[in-house]
Amino acid sequence: MKVVKGLYYTEDHEWIKVDGEEAYVGVADYAQDSLGDIVYVELPEVDDEIAKEETFSAVESVKAAADIYMPVDGKVIEINEELLDDPALLNQDPYENWMIKIEITDKSQLDDLMTSEEYEKFLDEEA
Amino acid sequence: MVAKKTPLYDEHVKLGGKIVDYAGWFLPVQYEGLIAEHEAVRNKAGLFDVSHMGEIVFKGKEAVNYLDHLLTNDISKMVDNQVVYTIMCYPDGGVVDDLLVYRYTSEEYLLVVNAANIDKDFKWIIDNKKDFNVDIENISDQVGEVALQGPEAQNILQKLTKTDLSAIDAFHLKRNVDIAGVNCMISRTGYTGEDGFEIYTCADGIVAVWNKVLEAGKENGIKPTGLGCRDTLRFEAALPLYGHEISKEVTPLEGGFKFFVKLNKESDFIGKDALNKQWEAGLTRKVAGFEMVGRGIPRENYEVYKNGKKIGYVTTGYMSPTLKKSIGNALIDINETEMGNEIDIMIRNKPVKAKIISKKFYKR
Repeated sequence: MKVVKGLYYTEDHEWIKVDGEEAYVGVADYAQDSLGDIVYVELPEVDDEIAKEETFSAVESVKAAADIYMPVDGKVIEINEELLDDPALLNQDPYENWMIKIEITDKSQLDDLMTSEEYEKFLDEEA
Repeated sequence: MVAKKTPLYDEHVKLGGKIVDYAGWFLPVQYEGLIAEHEAVRNKAGLFDVSHMGEIVFKGKEAVNYLDHLLTNDISKMVDNQVVYTIMCYPDGGVVDDLLVYRYTSEEYLLVVNAANIDKDFKWIIDNKKDFNVDIENISDQVGEVALQGPEAQNILQKLTKTDLSAIDAFHLKRNVDIAGVNCMISRTGYTGEDGFEIYTCADGIVAVWNKVLEAGKENGIKPTGLGCRDTLRFEAALPLYGHEISKEVTPLEGGFKFFVKLNKESDFIGKDALNKQWEAGLTRKVAGFEMVGRGIPRENYEVYKNGKKIGYVTTGYMSPTLKKSIGNALIDINETEMGNEIDIMIRNKPVKAKIISKKFYKR
């Protein structure tokens, strides 16, 4: 499974890429691979305020539906609308194709997440 | 209980199959990808390992009488080498299982049943046998089975046998067919809505058949195909899956399979009275097809509403790989099953518009 350095990860296989007070959020390679062919993505609205560990999106493959959770508290400032028309982008490159851009409410929450090194270890243990 | 391996398990691993525990069997849900495999079956050919299916043999003078007592279809009307789809019911009309009956001779039949139901079915069959003069044997563990499905199926299989496959009609079988040196029984049947063959042989022989068919089909575009697309294919073709469109709680009439329930046949089959009563009183609910109007994918057990009132639930739903549309089947109030009727599917606690359409989503 591909893990990109410099991102933070959750145990539910979301990633967050911090850029100052803002951040991009998406799903990790492991998540897209276990779902299979992704055919549907639901995204929140801009300005939605969503708490850490709450659902911000649903991603569905032919076989299954998965809820995607917020890694930290935040306000949605942009959504990746391309995914609505072409959900398979998440299979092609789940790191390049971010899902939402957020304003982070409390940056100290990042400490609860895994670094790429910790996430790689976590994946090894899961396997 | 640890899941069992079919004789083809090692082949699935070699081919990169994503193995899951399905009905107590380790089987591939997909190899390359569900959509690619689904399309291969619709356009070229796919090969499924269905060795997990159960096989039960009926032999004896009263085999046909007992089968007619157990099953909803009219077994007495079958001819040699014919195959029929039928349902096996409880006295209350609920479904024990759905299955295929193969008639070899007037005194020898093979039943092919769902893997998850083998033990339950066999017990049901033995418990109800009473005085019928018939020998019944569960040979599931001795049989390997593959399903070769798709428009190229005959072209591929013909390369491996001298038997003239074009002479085998749909829902007919032929025994002692030599496929690449392996003695097989084949039938022109399947669970995908496409032309194709199901190939039965001993557990040892099936590995050679699997590999030879894949090799012979390479130039025809064959792919090994997993359980994932087996379900999307059967769903598009309006074929039921036990536990979904029919079940212990959902009768074949409610499922929309009255054609396979011969209420007028002579034999008093198990469930006949209850089903007759249900039919005469009029159904209160039925499985209907629908298409999403709003955005979203319907999934099994999602609730269905009309004007804020719950009218039923989804039995199967998908983003159809063939139609590229979100479609489903739902068991709903009979008064809401008219074509074009608008209903709401509750997707993640939000009502999303859908409309009733024919559940024959795909016809070849």
